[in-house]
Amino acid sequence: MVNSGGLQSILRKYEGNPHNLLQILREVQEEEGWISPDRVAALETALAVPRSKIIGAASFYAFLHLQPVGRYRILFSDNITDRMLGNQALMEQLCQLLWVEPGKVSEDGLVSITTTSCTGMCDQGPALLVNGRAITRVDEARIVEIAELVRNQAPLSEWPEEYFRVEDNIRRRDILLDSHFEPGSSLRALHARVETEGMQASNTRSWREGLPRGLVGPATMLDEIKRANLRGRGGAGFTTGLKWEACRNAPLAEGQDRIVVCNADEGEPGTFKDRVLLTSYADMVFEGMTLAAYAVGARRGFLYLRGEYRYLLEHLEGVLARRRRDNLLGHSIIGIPGADFDIKIHVGFGAYVCGEESALIESLEGKRGTPRNRPPFPVTHGYLDQPTIVNNVETFAAAALIALNGGEWYKNIGTAQSAGSKILSVSGDCERPGIYEFPFGVRVVEVLEACGARNTQAVQVSGPSGFTIAAHEFERRICFEDIPTAGAFMVFDQTRDMFEVARNFVHFFAHESCGFCTPCRVGTSLLKNLMDKLHNGHGSPYDFEEIEKLNHILQAMSHCGLGHSACNPVLDTIGKFRPAYDARMAHQDFTPAFDLDRALSQARQMTRRDDEQAHFAAEHGAAQ
Amino acid sequence: MSETFVLDGQEIPFAPGQTIIQAASAAGVYIPRLCYHPEFKPHGSCKLCTVKVNGRHTASCTFKAAPGLQVESNTEDLNAERRTLVQMLFVEGNHFCPSCEKSGDCQLQATAYELGMMSPHFDHFFPDRPVDASHPELLLDFNRCILCSLCVRASRDVDKKNVFALAGRGIDSHLIVNAASGRLADTNVALEDKAVQVCPVGVILKKRQGFKVPIGQRTYDEVPISGHVPAPAALTEEI
Repeated sequence: MVNSGGLQSILRKYEGNPHNLLQILREVQEEEGWISPDRVAALETALAVPRSKIIGAASFYAFLHLQPVGRYRILFSDNITDRMLGNQALMEQLCQLLWVEPGKVSEDGLVSITTTSCTGMCDQGPALLVNGRAITRVDEARIVEIAELVRNQAPLSEWPEEYFRVEDNIRRRDILLDSHFEPGSSLRALHARVETEGMQASNTRSWREGLPRGLVGPATMLDEIKRANLRGRGGAGFTTGLKWEACRNAPLAEGQDRIVVCNADEGEPGTFKDRVLLTSYADMVFEGMTLAAYAVGARRGFLYLRGEYRYLLEHLEGVLARRRRDNLLGHSIIGIPGADFDIKIHVGFGAYVCGEESALIESLEGKRGTPRNRPPFPVTHGYLDQPTIVNNVETFAAAALIALNGGEWYKNIGTAQSAGSKILSVSGDCERPGIYEFPFGVRVVEVLEACGARNTQAVQVSGPSGFTIAAHEFERRICFEDIPTAGAFMVFDQTRDMFEVARNFVHFFAHESCGFCTPCRVGTSLLKNLMDKLHNGHGSPYDFEEIEKLNHILQAMSHCGLGHSACNPVLDTIGKFRPAYDARMAHQDFTPAFDLDRALSQARQMTRRDDEQAHFAAEHGAAQ
Repeated sequence: MSETFVLDGQEIPFAPGQTIIQAASAAGVYIPRLCYHPEFKPHGSCKLCTVKVNGRHTASCTFKAAPGLQVESNTEDLNAERRTLVQMLFVEGNHFCPSCEKSGDCQLQATAYELGMMSPHFDHFFPDRPVDASHPELLLDFNRCILCSLCVRASRDVDKKNVFALAGRGIDSHLIVNAASGRLADTNVALEDKAVQVCPVGVILKKRQGFKVPIGQRTYDEVPISGHVPAPAALTEEI
């Protein structure tokens, strides 16, 4: 238990600043297992934040607990790739071994077991989290051992190291992963380039004249990024140079700073490249952030690390500390007067929507992760209303590479509109799942060959919000001109049921909808219910029309990209894998989703009956 | 007021900084809305006020008017989409108009009538939302909450009390009050608070007022909601 002294030291560490509320709550929970009403009351006083705001913020995040969740909190990753590897049976096995119902805390308060969205271990699944720590390659034997460890109340530190081993699984390296990056080399290369090439004008004079310091260097960095034609690696592909320039040009009010944010909230199911970059290329990422800060004139930076990667925190703090020692962070970086910049790590708590940049900023400010109304955009009004750039982990790593080798070199790699390389996270039905870096423009079939995929039925590119690619499209290319991607590449062979793939994705969106806007909050749940209705054998052509109607509403009326894309997997699979749906069209006429026999399942559970007399002999075969 | 945009073929003048819904309201044109209130910073969450600006869907409560914009609002397509949103709000909560004290004064009900909603269409969610009758003067019936956050904004920005807040996520989002007990009686809410006045539906009700105005003589019984366009507050600053 944290005594009040413990709470005081947490508060001191975060300067008693209410904007750090979520990090304070995280540290309290890491010590006590949950956030008790006493702690909420103490924080209400110490931070002068109303209780309703603390509860409102904390209850938004899946990994913050306002009720006790058991001394062992076990969450099975529930991406489709985990399902394909048998996670459902493994979870059932563990529940039976520990005598606990999924989603509930055991009566002795020892353990709770449930599912969570993709934890980013798809190449080494099935995966789970125990008290926030990732366990990979779970199988039946390991489940038996885990049950034993929990029953014996062994502290996590005594669990076998092997459980927590996370592999990089880098299978193909290209310009970025093969760069043998030396910390500081990009900063020094940029510094040298400024002296040799001088001012390369591609920007307007107005802002250059307004630069407070380091006139030539920032302009040179921005020029190189623009010359490289670098585009955001988070999926949307916005031109990085334009974003940085807009932030650079945004006026600063009294007391404001510019802010650089690295979006490491890698929540898109099937994506895990950022985990590998942060594990083995952290210097490159931080150096890219430092270069960005130099270019836009920022002094403060944040790395928003998804909660599932909490285990990387100490490693990343270590890299930051070394960089501070080596004068690659801090004051007058590599001796450039006025080049002051430092980075703080903000750990997230299980909310996919925080990958959306304005929701991420809300979360950084200690609030619910609800996407903002835009405009204004973060480049002018971001973190605490200050000009802010938010870029993907891979974008910053690419920026470091560009500073090192020059924009001219970079833009000649890839395709006309997609310069450079793309790191793909390959998982699913293939021999060698893992990380593959290809120049942009690589054909889908080339990736399939490289990873050893056979009898492939479909590929889900860029995760549930991306595209379902069928066999006749395997000649298409991964690039912004054809199939843009944030990095996920999930392979499904002929044995897979594409309806179940889509249903898994729809459940994901319903679980991750922030609830702010009506169409997404209600629409994703309605869509989930419709897909479950088909799954339960009550589908009819009427339900197709309903799905199409919901899709239209979600696309037209939703507040952010989550709602806009929530129907994509359903529409893609209906269009390309119609037989998987037709097989579920048990009825030509409308059939209600309500099923009297299923409605009685709770009564059966309460009376512990499952005999014939406890069932309605339903006409449509609903009795199971 | 020299500049204008076009709304459903009608020229609408606007002042700099005004949103589309503000300018439309000033011109007496009704755009359906639930979470928008002229006295508060727009929230943009209910999406009822969605219009098409130059062919693209956008919430008119947050979109700034600009000269020459072509805005569609009162079209069959948009009203059908809005009707679906209202149906979503109906099935998400527990709305039993015949037994609700707010019937006739309820903006959700009035908007459903305005949009010609004949049925809830979707399967009801039937959420379990206990009422809070702890307060001697006020009743909270969360069954009817549409998460517009007007009470949250009013309590925070006008009353400076933060009595209400949104909690939870997604379909589990819900309204909470600022008390360790979770009960309204243990907050510093007062009858005259702005937050108590702004609920567009029947969540925040004053006790012992039931049926003082008979059904049939209430706000929207007399004139449909489109006839009650509230004038926008004076624009003191950019929103």
